Amino acid sequence: MRITCPLCGERDRREFYYKGAALVRPAEGADLDAWHEYVNLRENPAGPLDELWYHEMGCNSWLKVTRDTATHEILDVQLASEAGLGGET
Amino acid sequence: MAELIAKSPCEGLVPATIGGMSLTEEHPGAMCAVAPFKGQQKALSKALEAAHGMAFPAPNRATGKAGSRAVWFGRDMALLMGPAPDATLAEHAALTDQSDAWAVVKLDGKDAEDVLARLVPVDLRNQVFKRGHTVRVELKHMMASVTRTGPQAFQIMVFRSMAKTLVHDLKTAMEAVAARG
Repeated sequence: MRITCPLCGERDRREFYYKGAALVRPAEGADLDAWHEYVNLRENPAGPLDELWYHEMGCNSWLKVTRDTATHEILDVQLASEAGLGGET
Repeated sequence: MAELIAKSPCEGLVPATIGGMSLTEEHPGAMCAVAPFKGQQKALSKALEAAHGMAFPAPNRATGKAGSRAVWFGRDMALLMGPAPDATLAEHAALTDQSDAWAVVKLDGKDAEDVLARLVPVDLRNQVFKRGHTVRVELKHMMASVTRTGPQAFQIMVFRSMAKTLVHDLKTAMEAVAARG
């Protein structure tokens, strides 16, 4: 499995650390249901899934990687900072 | 006050010459991480050019020359090696002193590419990785920075605490390449 880092180019999976699903962080003041969903509820698809990966052996960027969980095909990679996941100030 | 004796990261480990290749320690002088504030990269590049004569490097590139270099060091970060950072840089970037924090070695010789091919999962051959190119990459499970400084020469950096492992792994790979003749 190889991930094409937007900064470093195509790199081997061993350079990356896996975090989990890439979810949009609820806005400040969101209700309990929104936070419950963000913290606890996860999809478990056999197919494309948005995930967070950290390029710890490379440029130290957090990436939003769209990966097919059935085939490990990498469909899309972008910097998490530019992926609109919320939390921006 | 105690008399402290400065000891470089690779003291007693190098130099080494194996199979026509040399492994030596570099003493780059001051090292400082330069991380531009949001939207300040162009202004920082101008300040860097004015103060130290080199632009802020693009991803996977190094600017400057031996003794005074800016090496791309990750997302929105470069490592200034050699001169102490000018005060004007602090207006546009966060400056963090990294002197003594990194072990810096130079691998030089015609088979240097073959040695690194055993340790680094990135293509470092001359046709794709030219002088002035740099990568942040894994080197035998260590976070490393590899920069081409000449046709057969590379500057390799890891955390100071890993200096002994770095030298061991490089020497082992050099011996293995040399043994193939």
